[in-house]
Amino acid sequence: MVDKLFIILSVVTLVSAALVVVNKNAVNAAMFFMLSLVGTAGLFVLLNAYLLAFVLILVYAGAVVSLFLFIIMLLDTRPEAQKSFKKMTVAASLLGGLLLFTGVLSLMTHFVPATAGAKGHVLPPVGASLKGYAEQLFTTYLLPVQVVGFLLLIAMLGVIVLSKRFENKEAAS
Amino acid sequence: MATVTVSRKPLSLSERAYLPQILAGMRITLKHLFSPNVTLSYPEQRPAIPPGYRGVPTLVMDPHGREKCVSCQLCEFVCPPKAIRITPGAVPADQPDRAHVEKAPAAFDIDMLRCIYCGLCQEVCPEEAIFLQNQFSMSGYSRDEMVNHKDRLYELGGTLPDQHFKWDKKKAAEEHGNQH
Amino acid sequence: MIALWSNLHPALQMLLKGLAVILVIFPIAGASSLAERKVSAWIQGRPGPNRAIPIWFAWVPVIGPMLQKLGVFHLMSDGVKMLFKEDALPGHVNKPYFILAPILAMIPAFTTVTVVPFGAYLDAAGRTIPLMLANVDVGILAVFAVGSLGVYSLIIAGWASNSKYPFLGGVRASAQLISYELSMTLSVLPVFLWVNAPGTAGSLSLARVVEFQSQPGFWGGTWFIFLMPVSAFVFLVSLYAETNRQPFDMAECDADLVGGFHTEYGAFKWSLFFVAEYSHMVVGSAVFTLLFLGGWNPLPWVPLSDVAVWLHLADAPILLGLLSIAIFLGKVLCSIFVFMWVRWTIPRFRYDQVMKLGWQRLLPLAIANLIVYALIIAWLQPKN
Ligand code: SF4
Ligand code: SF4
Repeated sequence: MVDKLFIILSVVTLVSAALVVVNKNAVNAAMFFMLSLVGTAGLFVLLNAYLLAFVLILVYAGAVVSLFLFIIMLLDTRPEAQKSFKKMTVAASLLGGLLLFTGVLSLMTHFVPATAGAKGHVLPPVGASLKGYAEQLFTTYLLPVQVVGFLLLIAMLGVIVLSKRFENKEAAS
Repeated sequence: MATVTVSRKPLSLSERAYLPQILAGMRITLKHLFSPNVTLSYPEQRPAIPPGYRGVPTLVMDPHGREKCVSCQLCEFVCPPKAIRITPGAVPADQPDRAHVEKAPAAFDIDMLRCIYCGLCQEVCPEEAIFLQNQFSMSGYSRDEMVNHKDRLYELGGTLPDQHFKWDKKKAAEEHGNQH
Repeated sequence: MIALWSNLHPALQMLLKGLAVILVIFPIAGASSLAERKVSAWIQGRPGPNRAIPIWFAWVPVIGPMLQKLGVFHLMSDGVKMLFKEDALPGHVNKPYFILAPILAMIPAFTTVTVVPFGAYLDAAGRTIPLMLANVDVGILAVFAVGSLGVYSLIIAGWASNSKYPFLGGVRASAQLISYELSMTLSVLPVFLWVNAPGTAGSLSLARVVEFQSQPGFWGGTWFIFLMPVSAFVFLVSLYAETNRQPFDMAECDADLVGGFHTEYGAFKWSLFFVAEYSHMVVGSAVFTLLFLGGWNPLPWVPLSDVAVWLHLADAPILLGLLSIAIFLGKVLCSIFVFMWVRWTIPRFRYDQVMKLGWQRLLPLAIANLIVYALIIAWLQPKN
């Protein structure tokens, strides 16, 4: 049962993720993105990580993708209004793909599933308990959380700088 | 500049805070929730029609039950949307006491799809034969049904008191010499 | 009867529960739509719909005319009309999405109900067992998560209609719903901070909040609306915004957007939106009742278990369950009435006012409220 569900959900997730990239229509792409997120959430549920699943839906499907849709609708992107890629973009995406590939490869070859009693650290049983998550986030994983938070802060600053027109002092004087 | 700047009082704190105002509004609506209805259940309850109301134009008879209209066609001419159609005719032979009235309408149609209830017909009629009365609700399934024919017009109009009895005086004058 | 129930196959149980949800939500939504018409009429000094009556029913003395006066049959004829009206599909729309949108509207409306507890009974050991369809630990989070998907139906409907008014409605809906979701989530956090006192097993379950409000003693029995009025207020206002009710119905806005996102819809598809809106209202009111109004406890400081003892119902779980459901539904209906009352009192906000209220008033208020309660809870916490 769980296996079948796993296969169905992963196929849905992967196919819709692929369709996000391929789709010419931006709204279709956004909808498939949401589908893929729902699939991922389903996978989390299979892992008994209900909290993660619902947070994923709440944050990504509930807010982020609907913001995407909002922007798409505001900009009114038409399929034909596409530019060919810059060389830089191609190079960057190639590099990114390569990194991802090596990452997955190294995971596949070097990752040892942590089992109880095995050496190294044992994954804490965070499963369904909210408290487990909270404690892990604020103890073991405090640094990553802070780093990610910082990253988001930088992104937010960037958006403010880009979108707000600051008075150009030199041009004015 | 013909612009008048109206000075507004700055909002007080409670007004800016919204909530007290909203609560006050809700108190008012709650009061209305329990207060009696202000509407009428129309077909069963009819509104009181004030005097001088201009409803559907109708033809009236004098207190002796005689037709007043003499088919002068003034109303037909004055009617702005041309709602009135009159076919003039002679006074029917079975009314010998009115024989001195030369004419009477053979047909009198008011198309209520055209009428704009302006009341000009009532204003212009020298015989006080046409009145806009209380009737206000007209309905029908076809255009034809919305045309009031003569009998219908009399049925709607009924009898109204008359001050002059113009044609009685006329007859008397004819018979006993002109006393005017 | 309970034994019979638990002997059923789990899948069958699930199916029956799901059916029960639909059977409960649809009539409540329908009744709310009728109540809406009646309440609006009474507030405006009118009698409201009071004409329709089937001929054979008019012969029933007393009850017949009474139901007619209440407009019950208008509800039925409305439903029949919605079902049998021609369901026109405009030529200029994006068909798949146009059809998808009303269906999407129903999904969150029905899914959220499953995690909302609606009653309780006492088991043999005298513990209060909540009645709910799916007892998931993440309760409130599930409601928020699935409820937040409701915005898609509005956006998709607006976009797929491919005309100006629905489009504007969709854009407004997406911006508004996201804005108010933030304040809503932040406003319930203090409640859960309070409930999940240190040392207890953490839970986001709604049933647990009610359990907390039915403890003995002064502090235990206090409903959260007294303990955290600001939270309750922020939650309520965001709830109005989230359910697209006046004064926040930016997405529909009959006055300036004709009908907003559902301008192009008619007949059955339109009625799905309609039912979805009312189901959102029902679920929202239910959550509000659970969080702030003590759930199925009849009065503040009077938990259900006490009532059970007074009425000697402690060992009649079915009766007690029905009683608790009745109490809970009563509260939910009152809250729905307040929804309507507000709607027919307050004029609609302008769009920029909605945004300003959301981001510049409600959100800071919610954050400040959260911080204050976090500090209070930290201060109250037993030192060790
Ligand atoms: S009321 Fe005016 S419009 Fe109507 S019949 Fe008389 S003159 Fe014509
Ligand atoms: S109703 Fe009056 S104005 Fe019209 S034709 Fe008759 S007498 Fe003349």
